[in-house]
Amino acid sequence: MTKSPHLTRNNFVKGVVGVLGTIMGVVVGLPAIGYVLSPALKKSTSEAWIPLGPLETYPIGVPAPFNFTRTKINGWEKTVNSYGVYVYRKNDSDTIVFSNVCTHLSCRVIWHEDLQEYLCPCHDAHFGPLGEIISGPQPRPLDTYETKIEEGNLFIHFVEG
Amino acid sequence: MANKVFAWLDERLGLTTIYNTVLDRKVPKVNWWFTLGSASAILFALQAVTGMFLTIYYVPSPGQAYDSIQFIMNGVAFGWLIRGIHHWGASLMVIFVFMHMLRTFYYAAYKYPREFTWITGVILFLTTLGMGFTGYLLPWNQRAYWATTVGTEIAGTVPFIGPFINSVLRGGTDLSAVTLTRFFAVHIWFLPAVIGALIGVHIYMVIKLGISHVPDKED
Repeated sequence: MTKSPHLTRNNFVKGVVGVLGTIMGVVVGLPAIGYVLSPALKKSTSEAWIPLGPLETYPIGVPAPFNFTRTKINGWEKTVNSYGVYVYRKNDSDTIVFSNVCTHLSCRVIWHEDLQEYLCPCHDAHFGPLGEIISGPQPRPLDTYETKIEEGNLFIHFVEG
Repeated sequence: MANKVFAWLDERLGLTTIYNTVLDRKVPKVNWWFTLGSASAILFALQAVTGMFLTIYYVPSPGQAYDSIQFIMNGVAFGWLIRGIHHWGASLMVIFVFMHMLRTFYYAAYKYPREFTWITGVILFLTTLGMGFTGYLLPWNQRAYWATTVGTEIAGTVPFIGPFINSVLRGGTDLSAVTLTRFFAVHIWFLPAVIGALIGVHIYMVIKLGISHVPDKED
């Protein structure tokens, strides 16, 4: 066999194995990345006006809790999520509805009548009756819902995604 | 830079020695039938990787197994591809391992000093069939259910201990959630552990003993 100065048989085989191996790796590897990430990239949005019942049933000056659930499909399963809000009627005309999700790390806050504060049990975040920060690690006041009143009934605008 | 990094690693890990021992070892003049062992090993690696990806979504429960696979097929990007590779790779692996065994048999490569390599190979063939048997139930569709009903029933025909074997396989008298989870556990943990370990022994012996030449008139 004459020696080629350009490409030996050995190097040719190495090159072919390298190229074919890379192609096969990419053909399997890239779809695998999409396979793992695709549920994370799916945007699910939901929006609804949730009825909270007649406004006059809520006392003035005292935050009152209200709970509702929303159902959606995650993967192959129905997920039922519970949501909690506090309805706070400042006076006859002004009503604020707070989400009970702590703005720190999403634990649920609880209204403490004795303290006149919302308290988060996870990292001791304190919020005032108007959702304002009193003390703790939370970056912003409690989130509020857009509200409307139709025929004496209170509604909140639920938006997700 | 790359050369420096490689030299540093090579000095500590002995990469060149590994390369020379594993890939640059002396082999007799052989033919394409001698590639079946490598093909089997690569198919096992492919099955292991695609199988790991499938467990990201698959749920081994009678209520959710079928639906979770439907989600893999229709709801996830390239789920059909990952499952397709695992599905076809499974059949290919059984075929390749069996052909590898036939080649070894017809070339009489199982003789001294390679008897133990042959024994590990036989166990590897049986565990590969075990992977096929346990994996077949996991989709939990009609075919899976009845194939496993029949398969465990066949195991139950062994004299005396048959009924015992049957109920051990099923985890009770019926095909149930207990059957599904034990087949799943055997499929993803127990058999792969055995196969992985035995492939290690098998390949070590191939490298240590070298491969036999194609028999000629003298043999």
